[in-house]
Amino acid sequence: MTTEPRSEITEQPSSATILAPGHTFATVSDKIGSIVLARGTRFGWLVGFTLSFCLLMVLLVAVSILLMKGVGIWGINSPVGWGFAIINFVWWIGIGHAGTLISAILLLLRQTWRTSINRFAEAMTLFAVACAGLFPLLHMGRPWFAYWMTPYPSTMGLWPNFRSPLVWDVFAVTTYGTVSALFWFVGLIPDLATLRDRSKSRAARKAYGILAMGWRGSAAHWHRYEVASLLLAGLATPLVVSVHTVVSFDFTIGIGPGWHSTIFPPYFVAGAIYAGFAMVLLIAIPLRAVYGLQDFITVKHLRNMAKVLLATSMIVCYGYMMEAFFAWYSGNPGERFMILNRMTGPYAWTYWSLLACNLVTPQLLWFARVRDSVPALFVISLIVSFGMWLERFVIVVTSLSRDFLPSAWGMYYPTRWDYATFLGSIGLFLTLLFLFIRFLPMISIFEMRTLLPEAEVEDHAGH
Amino acid sequence: MPGTETPVYGLMAEFTDTTSIVAAARKAHDAGYRRMDAFSPFPIEELGEALGYHTRGRLPKLVLAGGAAGCLLGFALQYWCSAIDYPLNVGGRPLNSWPSFIPITFEMTILLASLVAVLGMLALNGLPRPYHPVFNVPEFRLASRDRFFLCIEASDEKFDPGTTRSFLEGLSPGHVYEVAS
Repeated sequence: MTTEPRSEITEQPSSATILAPGHTFATVSDKIGSIVLARGTRFGWLVGFTLSFCLLMVLLVAVSILLMKGVGIWGINSPVGWGFAIINFVWWIGIGHAGTLISAILLLLRQTWRTSINRFAEAMTLFAVACAGLFPLLHMGRPWFAYWMTPYPSTMGLWPNFRSPLVWDVFAVTTYGTVSALFWFVGLIPDLATLRDRSKSRAARKAYGILAMGWRGSAAHWHRYEVASLLLAGLATPLVVSVHTVVSFDFTIGIGPGWHSTIFPPYFVAGAIYAGFAMVLLIAIPLRAVYGLQDFITVKHLRNMAKVLLATSMIVCYGYMMEAFFAWYSGNPGERFMILNRMTGPYAWTYWSLLACNLVTPQLLWFARVRDSVPALFVISLIVSFGMWLERFVIVVTSLSRDFLPSAWGMYYPTRWDYATFLGSIGLFLTLLFLFIRFLPMISIFEMRTLLPEAEVEDHAGH
Repeated sequence: MPGTETPVYGLMAEFTDTTSIVAAARKAHDAGYRRMDAFSPFPIEELGEALGYHTRGRLPKLVLAGGAAGCLLGFALQYWCSAIDYPLNVGGRPLNSWPSFIPITFEMTILLASLVAVLGMLALNGLPRPYHPVFNVPEFRLASRDRFFLCIEASDEKFDPGTTRSFLEGLSPGHVYEVAS
């Protein structure tokens, strides 16, 4: 199909719109589809993919050495047995939650601005869950026995301990990964059909054709499709809250100082959305610049996400305040010592850096000029992502390194393999993301069509 | 296929905007055609209504059943393992410690309900189905881009190659195509 002239499309739409004026069904389909179907590869993509792939190889080396030598290559030891592995697990799974929030909760709330960001945010969820799942497996020491966590009739005659939050985690994270993948794939089916019908090469037509499963846009199919999407959104919404609640149970069910607290589930869920929105911004800003998607991911999107970032930062900071308040108000010497140790102990710098990143920095978002500045949003998102990682470091390490018994205290020093595994997981995430951008439409084409004014049906029979 | 009696799947009219396809579907439904389908590049609520899809169908009930099954299975699994197959007395605490079984019960509920929602949607839609006669019309590939199609099937009681064609042409479509079977 020949491409219609696009000269009338405003490349820099006014800040109040979520889609630049001038687009039609055809231009929306062609612009998003052509990113995937275009022959040749962009130089920027190649550079980004190469760097990510190098980081992925760092992960491969780190994991190979880990499997050869055991978890002793990491800095974990008694009393801090949960080092980077658990910090990274909680960080990654939290990042994933923004994708589900955007795709499910904002769908139920009829927030149409989510349309252009939900696809890659869902992909982000999927890849973040993949990175998250890696860490508890590696932390087991003998990952080849991971299946012992599942209930199956074994010759040992044993069952997993269903009263343990670690087993709840297995169910929560596998369910979350499965449902996220289903939700993502269901959203892709109509767009895969578009790619099937538009691709010129035989191989691409075959591949997209198999994945599209013969989708033909029948009204009866769309009707059921919409019902299924709504049901999935309704199911994913409580799921996303439950997953991070269960993750927080890993801490709260234990009696460690600073962990045994009722504020943890809501505070973890808010922190997850906070970190996740920062990551969505970190991905959206370069994507729209490199692929010229300013007419789809407009200033309004960035502004809305900045507001979500600010709101969730306030909830998270309420959590930090309440942690300190509970410690004082409980009168429990262990809890009081924990908060003083966080503020003045050997890891005090991590606590104050975390407050600088997560409490002070996002206050800049109160200013409309900062919310409208793309570079400022990128830098703030980077700082928030780092701050949320530090938060998990503070929770895991300060409580474990100094608990109730001074004779059992000990410091935690991460080794270079800890850092290598963490950086490597970022490589895995970015590699998957680059492959996704190259081979699948990063913006939901069919949902973008529904945003167009011409999608409206004029309400009079006949014309 | 050779011969004069080429099997025909139906007649298909092409439209370029949402208002005309909805109006056309409504008129075809009013004219008594039932075995027909409309095709669009995105969901149009009014189009489904024009073709007579007013209820949510069977899917929500199936999903509810899936969720209930997941809930029962999840709890039964934990109860059977902890209280029947391997009862372990931990300081005299109850074997059926149901509050700690809730998270897994909940996750299993969501998992089975979601699987039923997706697989049920695909199954009720008859997908995967790689081949369908409508794909025989070369222009049909625009149904996933910016065109709208209304196809009246030859198996409809009222279908007649001549009158149905003139009926469709009366709806002022862009084209009317014959869909080979």
